[in-house]
Amino acid sequence: MSDASFIIDDASAPRAPVAAPGDYFALLKPRVMSLVVFTALAGILLAPVAPHPFIAFASLLAIAVGAGASGALNMWYDADIDGLMTRTRGRPIPAGRLGREEALAFGLFLSIMAVFTLGLVANWLAAALLAFTIFFYVVVYTMWLKRSTPMNIVIGGAAGALPPVVGFAAATGAVDLSSLVLFGIIFMWTPPHFWALALVKREEYGAAGIPMLPNVHGETRTRLEILAYSIALAPIGVAPYLLGFASPVYGVVSLLLGVALIACAVWVYRRRDGEPARRAAMRLFFFSIVYLSLLFMVLVIERLLALSSWLA
Amino acid sequence: MTIGRPENTSEPEEGVVLTAEQAKSRRARNIAIGVAVALFVALFYFVTIVKLGGNVVPRTG
Repeated sequence: MSDASFIIDDASAPRAPVAAPGDYFALLKPRVMSLVVFTALAGILLAPVAPHPFIAFASLLAIAVGAGASGALNMWYDADIDGLMTRTRGRPIPAGRLGREEALAFGLFLSIMAVFTLGLVANWLAAALLAFTIFFYVVVYTMWLKRSTPMNIVIGGAAGALPPVVGFAAATGAVDLSSLVLFGIIFMWTPPHFWALALVKREEYGAAGIPMLPNVHGETRTRLEILAYSIALAPIGVAPYLLGFASPVYGVVSLLLGVALIACAVWVYRRRDGEPARRAAMRLFFFSIVYLSLLFMVLVIERLLALSSWLA
Repeated sequence: MTIGRPENTSEPEEGVVLTAEQAKSRRARNIAIGVAVALFVALFYFVTIVKLGGNVVPRTG
């Protein structure tokens, strides 16, 4: 055998990864992670007795990494359909910068590290809730519901709604009504938010074989359900004030935001054709992000102010 | 990428030979892993200090 026979060309050689650290970071879905950090922070700040700031920081970090790990596992499992949609085509796996096996290993490793870190830093109830959140998002939502039922994001939304509960548990070692109300807000917020996007991206979801509500039951039913969920969400958004763990300022802000959200949903319901329909759906999609961000921002700010006046 | 011994070299190279791009990305990943491990150690160091808190009394005598 000559020396030349040892030369193997690129096509048949084992593939060495070219992924940069940024590609691994992209696997964590940083934008989703930032929302998780924010909502988990609200859960931590709801605690009657504030935890030590560094313990709170370490807990938040573990929750964020756990959320990121579930994002990586989601991208590992969904790599086939991610490549079919413009919104997800540029992700590291479908773009060919990173192998599925690397994403799986990365996600599993970070999941285990995040759960055990939260257990050691905070408590094991919070760690168990974080483990359940990852399991629910990856196994129940990604592997089971997402490709099998148009109710995928209704039930799967529970995973995205759990971070405030995990945060509260990390700070107190318990779960109470206030953290469950925050869970309820995010849980009811998820369907109108994603269905607004699904109305616009209907063809893409259809091509990828994902049974979103507009593809399965039609746009009229979707618009009606968006309106129903928005009407149900608005009073839950005000509940923190009504139940006494948020200030009147929060009460007024949440009421105004709730009315605006319903108005956006009515707009989506009434404008059904062409460009005006698309614009109405995208307006609701973006406003729903503003809605949730502002609610939690007000909650976090007033808790921080209360904390600083208590410390002074 | 080539595997094994490239042709016309006096020093035979064994195993996987990375391209310049692969070597660069591997170095960047190694640095990122190093930084992450260092931060993880620092995190547990400070968590331990915070959790011990006032329970550590300086021994006298």
